[in-house]
Formats: sequence, structure tokens, C-alpha cells
Amino acid sequence: MSDGGFRPSLDPREISEQTCRRIEALVADCAAVIDGGQLELWPDYFTEKCLYRIIARSEFEKGRPIGFVFCDNRNMLIDRVRAMRSANVFQPHVYRHVLGPPRIVRRRDAVFDVETSYIVIRTAMPGGAMDVFSAGRYLDEIVFEADVPKLRSRTVIADSDSIDMLLVLPI
Amino acid sequence: MAQAVATRAVRDLLHWNATGVSRVPMQVYADPGIYAWEQDLIFRGPTWNFLGLAIEAPNPNDHFTSVIGDTPIIVVRTKDGSINALVNRCAHKGATVCYQPTGHGETFTCPYHNWVYDHSGRLVSVAFEKGVQQLGGMPKQFDKANHRLTRLRVETICGLIFASFSERAPPLEQYLGPVMTGHIRRTLHGTPKILGRYRQMMQNNWKLYAENARDNYHPSLLHAFFATFELNRLSAEGGVRQDEAGWHHIVFAKRHTDQGHAEYESGVIRAQKREFGLADPSLIDQWMEFDDQITNSIQCLFPTFVLQQVLNSIGTRQIIPHGPEKSELVWTLIGFEEDTEAQTYMRVKQSNLVGPAGLVSMEDGIIGNFVQRGIKGDLDAQAVVMMGGVDVGPAPTRATETSVRGFWRVYRELMDV
Repeated sequence: MSDGGFRPSLDPREISEQTCRRIEALVADCAAVIDGGQLELWPDYFTEKCLYRIIARSEFEKGRPIGFVFCDNRNMLIDRVRAMRSANVFQPHVYRHVLGPPRIVRRRDAVFDVETSYIVIRTAMPGGAMDVFSAGRYLDEIVFEADVPKLRSRTVIADSDSIDMLLVLPI
Repeated sequence: MAQAVATRAVRDLLHWNATGVSRVPMQVYADPGIYAWEQDLIFRGPTWNFLGLAIEAPNPNDHFTSVIGDTPIIVVRTKDGSINALVNRCAHKGATVCYQPTGHGETFTCPYHNWVYDHSGRLVSVAFEKGVQQLGGMPKQFDKANHRLTRLRVETICGLIFASFSERAPPLEQYLGPVMTGHIRRTLHGTPKILGRYRQMMQNNWKLYAENARDNYHPSLLHAFFATFELNRLSAEGGVRQDEAGWHHIVFAKRHTDQGHAEYESGVIRAQKREFGLADPSLIDQWMEFDDQITNSIQCLFPTFVLQQVLNSIGTRQIIPHGPEKSELVWTLIGFEEDTEAQTYMRVKQSNLVGPAGLVSMEDGIIGNFVQRGIKGDLDAQAVVMMGGVDVGPAPTRATETSVRGFWRVYRELMDV
């Protein structure tokens, strides 16, 4: 099954070494901040007007708009974090993201299209049970805003259309 | 055909000592024998079970797979446009005939030994029936007419497909009654289109979710999202509606009952920032979609179907049991072909409220598991279902568990305990 089509990486000679490194750092940090539990910092990796969604691969292929999460601005990301901190009831757990190498597949003027595979291991606390909670890839649009790389759009394409119990931490 | 093969009689397994339905024995959530009987007496009993949407098989010869209880089902649109439901179990060895979620074709061919069935479930071809070069093959007494895919009764309402194993179930509209059919027609007021679908595994007995969806006592207590963000207009007028027999239940609320009448008829009702703690209150903007001013309604049809309206998020939920301590929800979020682009966008945005990542509903994915864990070792204990009295019936308040009692009353009737 296709999940939107394979796109080969750009020839690295077309992008400066420094730009590459900064894009890679953004992708890595955005996962590390979730794993590290500093969720309040997570929205800062996005532009103010942004798109963040989590959708199953089968649904993405069908072109359906609704997935598990749909946020169209940074304030919605902030509300997600605040709801998680203050309102939602769930068994405490942590994520460990394991990312593949970010692949820069296209450059459209100031926008870089970047794709990264991920695996998220969810560990329940207490109890210690560890499960592969989600695997899939990020489809990112990254821009430089005042010379800082930011996510203008991130579509998390989860390979499974099923969630075990609930999804409260972002992927 | 039965699942409770060689289990003890249901009355030997299930000890429902108290009269009425204000106390529920915990063993119903954990006992494998009771679970097996439910397959026969509830899912294959005189009930109508949701299978999916007619638009999932839009063209003749389209089919998709679904389930009723544990039983795998094929749903097919026949050449003449009608819909059939067949048990997805080859009459030969019992393999699933259709193993893909969707497909298209004039017949079904079992992948194992290529037995072929038509859309009514009739066995039309058996590979090597006459043997090879006069050797082997089926004996003379084998008659294809004696072997088929089990065919179910099928009825639809507003593009929702229901099926029944039982001749004893009354016709669908009679089974639902006028209050329920009226509310389905009200909610599904256009030509439906699927905006999204996903599944959610729950580590709890299926009935804990069936109760949860009927339980209007818990939302403001467990789901703190509305209260925490001071979305206080949700403490609005609401109540419970039921069909005459008390099998099916609607809990509803009117978010804007404290506002002037003119606003109901206007377009989008803006969330007012001063009242809300959300950084982006546009999440709960909505347009008043229904004349009855109901902004939230959860309609539960016995046994395992839910039709939801959460602001402008409309969808179906199908509960699938997976053994006594596990179950699954299939969520389908719906819009209508008649929707404007802005209305579709609002439905997409408000999908954040529902599902396993729903700001309002995510706790329902875990709370059943808290019960499942809590009752371990105490299966002789009884749950208390006494909020709002001990009876079953409509109520002008949400401070009641009348619909949960309604569920258990039907359950006792069908299980004969």
C-alpha cells in the first residue's frame, strides 16, 4: 500500500550543510521535548499559524480530513497541553520516540518538505509495561522564521488506524 | 449455530439475586461463560446490530466486512442495489471468505479451497466437485444446496445498516420506536459522507462501554475538560429520552439555553472569550444545526450502537466485544454532502473533542479498565445503579442512571436471568 508516495531525498549538494543540520535538530528536539516531559515547550517548535494532525495511514490514503487530532494553530497545541496537565484523567505514562534520519525531499523557496520515520514506545507508570504505541512517519513543512526553523505543518501518519485505550501525549 | 457450546446453563453461571436493575453483579463483566451466552442470546438474539454505512458499499457488487458480537459478517450491495449480510464463514472449513476490509465482485470465493458463493450466500461452485480425471471429488450425497453462507435479516435507516440473526426481532422501525427513529432522522438530516474513521481498543468488558455511553451521571464529573476551561454554558438544560420499552436511550443537552432566542436562528455561535479558558476558543464555535437547540446528544441503540452529536461533530460508534475483558470501538465521523466548506471544516475541528484523543471523551477509553481492575477478586460484589431512583423511563434531568438501568433490564430479559 502506498502512503502518499515515496519521494527520494534531495541531492544534499542542493542544501547547505548548516540548513540540513538545523532541520535535523528541529525534528529531533521536537520529539525529545515530548519524551522529556517538557510538553509546555512543544508548541514553540511550530509557527503560530500551523497545522498539526495525527491520522491513520489508511485514512490519509483515502484523503479523509479527520484523524485522531487536528490542530490548525499554535493555540490549539497549547490547549492540548493544558488540558492534559489540568483536565484529562489517564494512567501516567511516558513515550520514547525513536526517529529515522530526517529526509529533506523538496524545497519550495523557503519551505522544506521533510519526512521522518518514527516509533513510539509507551511505558505505563506504574506497572512498567512497554508497548509499541505507534509507528509511522512525519510529513513536515519546515520554514525559517526570523532565522529559526519551525514546523509550519506536521502530519503524523500512523501506520495503524487503532489506538490502544487513549492518545493524550502528542506524537 | 451457537457459541455457548458445552458451557453451563446461563442461570447456573449468572447469579442475579436482587430483583430489579438497581444492583448489577460484577461477574457479568468478567465471566467467560456469561460472555459465550451473550453471543447467542444478545448478539444472535432478537436484536438489531449495526454493521456500517450504506455509503461504504456505494455501487452494486461492492462489499465490506463487519462484525456482530464475535461473528464476522460480509455486507454486500447486490446487483439490484439492495444490501445483504452474510456470515463470513465458509461452509467448508470455516475460513473467512472475505479477508480484506472492502472489495468488489459478483461472487465471493473462499481463498482456502475456492468454494464460490453468490451475494445471497448460496454455494454456486465447489472446486473439483467432480474430482480430477474421474478420481476423487465429492460423494454423490453431497448437495451444494445444503451448504451456504448464513444470511441475516437486513434493514436500513438513514443509510445506517442493521442486521439481525433472529426471526423474533420485530421490524427495525418497530424495534426502535418513534422516539428513536425520529432522533436518527433528525441527526442524519443530509446525505452522509465519511470524514474519518478509526478504532480504539479498550481493556474492558463491552458492557462497561455500553453503560458508559448511557451514563449521564459521569460526564461532568469524569470529563473535566468543560469544567476546567470554564465552558460553563454546558451546565445547561438537558435530559433523557427513551423508547417506550426502555431498550434505547438518548441523553441530550442544550448548551445555549441561557441565551436569547434570536441567536439560535443565527449562523455560527461564537464562543465568548471572556467566558473561556481556552487559548483558541474557536474550537467550540458551532452553528445551531438543529431546530430543537440540542447541542449534545448521545443516542444508544441496544445492544452496541451509538449515534453521537457533540456540537457539530456527528458520528457513529460500534462496540465490538473481544472476550470478557476486552472490547473495541469503531468510530466513524460523518458530514453531509450538503454541508458548506465552512461547516465541514467545523466538523473536522470539533473532531478534537471525540475519539481516543478527544479532549472530552478520551477518559472513556480508560475508565472501563479502572472498573475491570477494581472488581478483580470481588466478582460476587454488586454495582449500585440508584441515581435518580430504581426505575427505568425518560427523565427531565441528567442526574440519573435511568438509561443504565434500562440497559440492564433488557439484558436480564434477553439472558433470562
